[in-house]
Amino acid sequence: MLGYIVRRLLMVIPTLIGVAVAVFFLIRVMPGDPVVVKLRADGAAVTEETIQAERKRLGLDKPLMVQFTDYMIGLTRLDLGKSLWTGESVAGEIAIRFPVTLQVAIMATLIAVFIAVPLGTLCAVYRDTWIDNVIRVLAVSGLAIPGFWLGMLIILGLLYFFNWLPKIGYVSIFEDPVANLSALFWPALSVGYRYAAVVTRMMRSALLEVMREDYIRTARAKGVYESLVTRRHGLRNALLPVVTVVGLEFAFLIGGLVVTEQVFNLNGIGKLFVDATARGDFTLLQGLVLLIATVFVIVNLLVDLLYAALDPRIRLT
Amino acid sequence: MRKLTLLSATALVALGGGLAEAQTPKKGGTLNFAVVAEPPTIDCHAVTTFAFAHPARPHYSTLLKWQGNANTGQKIVGDLATSWEVAKDGLSYTFKLHPNVKFHDGSPMTSNDVKVSYERIINPPEGVLSVRRALFQSIKEIETPDANTVVFKMKSPNASQLINFASPWNCIYSAAKLKDDPKFPEKTILGTGAYTFVENVKGSHWIGKRFDGYFLKDRPYLDGYKAYFVKSNAVVTGMIGGQFDGEFRGRTPKERDQLVSGMKENALVTEGPWVTNLLFTFNVAKKPFDDVRVRRALSMAIDRHGGSKALSQISMLKYVGGLLRPGYELARTEAELEAFPGFGKDINKAREEAKRLLKEAGVPNLKLKLVNRNVAEPYTPGGIFLIDQWRRIGVEAEHSQLETKLYFDAMRSGNFDVFLEFISDFADDPSSQFDKFLTKEKSSRSASGHTDKEMDRLFDLQAAALTMEERKKHVRAFEDRALSEVYSVPLLWWQRIIVRHKKIKDWEHHNNHFTASDLVNVWLDQ
Amino acid sequence: MADVTAGDAFAEKIPKRTNPIIKFIVAQPLGFVGFLIVLLYFVLAVGAQWISPYHPEEVDFSAMLTGPSPEHLFGTDQYGRDVFSRLVYGARTALAVGMLSAIVGCTLGAILGATSGYFGGMIDNIIQRLVDVMLSFPIIVLAMVVVAVLGRNMIAGIDANLIVAIALPMVPKMARIARSSTLSIAQMPFIDAARAAGYSHARIVLRHILPNIVAPYLIMLTAFIAQAILLEASLSFLGLGVTEPTAAWGLMLSGSSADFYQAAPWMILFPGLAITLAVFAFNLLGDSLRDWLDPKMKV
Repeated sequence: MLGYIVRRLLMVIPTLIGVAVAVFFLIRVMPGDPVVVKLRADGAAVTEETIQAERKRLGLDKPLMVQFTDYMIGLTRLDLGKSLWTGESVAGEIAIRFPVTLQVAIMATLIAVFIAVPLGTLCAVYRDTWIDNVIRVLAVSGLAIPGFWLGMLIILGLLYFFNWLPKIGYVSIFEDPVANLSALFWPALSVGYRYAAVVTRMMRSALLEVMREDYIRTARAKGVYESLVTRRHGLRNALLPVVTVVGLEFAFLIGGLVVTEQVFNLNGIGKLFVDATARGDFTLLQGLVLLIATVFVIVNLLVDLLYAALDPRIRLT
Repeated sequence: MRKLTLLSATALVALGGGLAEAQTPKKGGTLNFAVVAEPPTIDCHAVTTFAFAHPARPHYSTLLKWQGNANTGQKIVGDLATSWEVAKDGLSYTFKLHPNVKFHDGSPMTSNDVKVSYERIINPPEGVLSVRRALFQSIKEIETPDANTVVFKMKSPNASQLINFASPWNCIYSAAKLKDDPKFPEKTILGTGAYTFVENVKGSHWIGKRFDGYFLKDRPYLDGYKAYFVKSNAVVTGMIGGQFDGEFRGRTPKERDQLVSGMKENALVTEGPWVTNLLFTFNVAKKPFDDVRVRRALSMAIDRHGGSKALSQISMLKYVGGLLRPGYELARTEAELEAFPGFGKDINKAREEAKRLLKEAGVPNLKLKLVNRNVAEPYTPGGIFLIDQWRRIGVEAEHSQLETKLYFDAMRSGNFDVFLEFISDFADDPSSQFDKFLTKEKSSRSASGHTDKEMDRLFDLQAAALTMEERKKHVRAFEDRALSEVYSVPLLWWQRIIVRHKKIKDWEHHNNHFTASDLVNVWLDQ
Repeated sequence: MADVTAGDAFAEKIPKRTNPIIKFIVAQPLGFVGFLIVLLYFVLAVGAQWISPYHPEEVDFSAMLTGPSPEHLFGTDQYGRDVFSRLVYGARTALAVGMLSAIVGCTLGAILGATSGYFGGMIDNIIQRLVDVMLSFPIIVLAMVVVAVLGRNMIAGIDANLIVAIALPMVPKMARIARSSTLSIAQMPFIDAARAAGYSHARIVLRHILPNIVAPYLIMLTAFIAQAILLEASLSFLGLGVTEPTAAWGLMLSGSSADFYQAAPWMILFPGLAITLAVFAFNLLGDSLRDWLDPKMKV
């Protein structure tokens, strides 16, 4: 097992280095000048000379390869550099926003799992009946509703029915759990719905597949009750692919809340990403993209390790 | 069919906040307001955004500032200066300063602090960014005859110099701190303003607290303030929900109506003109825009008066004006403007004329690319309106609405036929408003690529004028030429609509969103 | 449900065979519903200029923000533009962008995947690492980076770079599927025989490999069109996709339109429904196609 873990860990490193290099060069060819945006966006009469001075101050006048070397050396010390916009450390800028996104992602995952596991099981048990069909249509429509539109509808609904909206501004859950949850529940719900649809479909097909396997047939043949078969044998084995989907979707949410955070005015990673793109803040963008890729790779790794722990056959390959 | 009454809220509008607020101010309370953007840095000399002015200007003082309101008139008054004198030849400015001004750390402020702060603006040390240094290049040297007197000696007269001294961006820093570290203001806030700095939580809020050692007795009235950084679309709900009581950049007419219906009698609306306009610029380096007939035709096709009526109900666009803000003492009246292409009242006649001009120029079915900024208000309505107006004379426009970054890139590289841009400043000042109409070598902001030495000459004449009368003469001549040659031409000027809780008293509605943010005289009636 | 499959060779040999379309309707009623809705959207897109009562970009300041009425079926927006006409033309935008980017993404992915699977070795390794890197980003992030890097590039009224941005996130998924299909074929004896007979790679790939990835290609294409429509709407909503005054559903929901929710809820309701229904229909059709053509395939 240890050997497997080490081998898997070693495989992660080239992927991350690849991402780091690709991101640097991709983003540097981006058209537009972040300094011009910073200084001229509000209409100020800033001269060309001043713009050059600011480029120099930020180190953007250095040759690309020098900037690249600085950046890679920084990475070895886990230093992501400084934001071109605020001049403060990229890691710091991200750290301020990370808790919001993380919490919404966790809450959305919980919502999805609570909805999807029972529904997916129902589908598999009552396969091809009206129950199955209704749930499947709901799931397909869950995949179809744009998250931002659902978010807008939720906001409109809250305003229309309760004349209430959550307060703006993030409060830590440890400080004021009620305010925190009442604000973050709605964005979590708006992404959780789609997320639940994905997991429901996976739950259904995984269960159906497992139920076809020999040991289930054996259990049935032995006369074990159907409900017991489903619970004891089916569910446990079907959960493995479901865990995978949940893990990957969770990883995607860390970077993928872009639109939801816009709709609900949340100060998270997604909003930072939109801002950084609009401003052409290279360094911050690099940091964000690296973070998103790292989260994904780590979650992937954990899923793989979990598989290996549960299924000894994997370790051999 | 239900027709919406778009002007339902205007009954409550007090034009420009001209209410006589003669009540005795009350002390205490915290002012909560929203700021719809965030400043990139906290160094006053390096920022250009209102997102700095609103939360941070209360910490600082400047030599001069503005007082009054947008509709009845604004004038320059002293902030740190108790009085000032301009030499007849325009070559020196002498300021007497308030005695007993203290920084928030208790150290006294003297004329040397003013001198060192201005020197930082004029000649920033290595590693320091000063964005407005070009505006102060006619200053030769700064003298400090005594602790309460500052004298600015000029190389040549500058008709806009006093306006620039009243800029909200020239915060006075501590000379002693700057000596230790010229980058000090990027990290720490230390001013002489009415409020001390408490905290700035990125993406969340900014808090200021009353400064007990402020140099004006009994000011400020407030205990403090809290500025919330929110996205623009959250202002309405935040105000109706009572989380904050104002937003001081400006709202759209629709948001005003929502706020008035949501806040009921607590809403106080003030409206007035804004020293900001949308203008469109032709790429004169490209055919057929080198032909003045084409440029005139494209300006003529626009029903500015009709557009003003309709757009002012759904967007920030409102006033028909020339190169200077309608209402400013040097600006032309509506009647005077009518003679210029695109400013007349008979739109059908103008469109016939425009079609004829295009035919004459050999481009009856012109296709063009309009580059616009990807910001909803008011660029999108402006672009949609322009395209629709041009379609009516058979011109087909491709709308290239770009992110701010790509937008500026297109401007610099000349990758456009027509460019929809904006001018925004803190005061009516011909020098800053005309900058975009100059030949490229003379102005880094000029986008059209034309060369017009006559306009450059007139610009220099007005900038060096010693009297208002003389300046007016040159300003008029400049404007005549600009509106006839049509390298760039204003579409519409913006309206500034502010909705606040009526308990916020003595807040001044200015003609721009940068000034009037020091909160010295603001108080809460509660 | 999955009883009738394309591989059911015996069924094909029965003389009195039923029409395959009828067979599809019977086996996949939900899929058929999806198909009908898709067809409706195509009709709207193709016949937009005859169906819509107004020009979609026609500003009418005398009819700003009017509610649904016989003149304006779905009301008007803040510029007095007819919402119904904009929805109809929006179908054209959605289908054009959706199909183009799905075809580009799917084809590119299929080529990459087939190459990877057929040649194996070093090429396979490099392509797989590339696919890994691309798969480690949420699609919206990948698309946003592409939009930011490429800017805009209008060709014949369509932003070519937007197509690339939407197509790119689809490439790795298709590549994975094409690779595994190719691998299963490449190991068959007849491929070895073809190689031994000295046929060129091009001939083997064209004659033997490609026909075998047509089914997964079609299935993925349908699913990708749905995904592309959704992604285009999201990007337009963020202001990074289609721009005004072009009629596009996501755009109709973006920017200041949300400010009008109290006065004009129809401006928010109808475009959202249009997107949902379109994506729903393509998903339904895609799911049924998969069940019908290749029940074992996992997406």
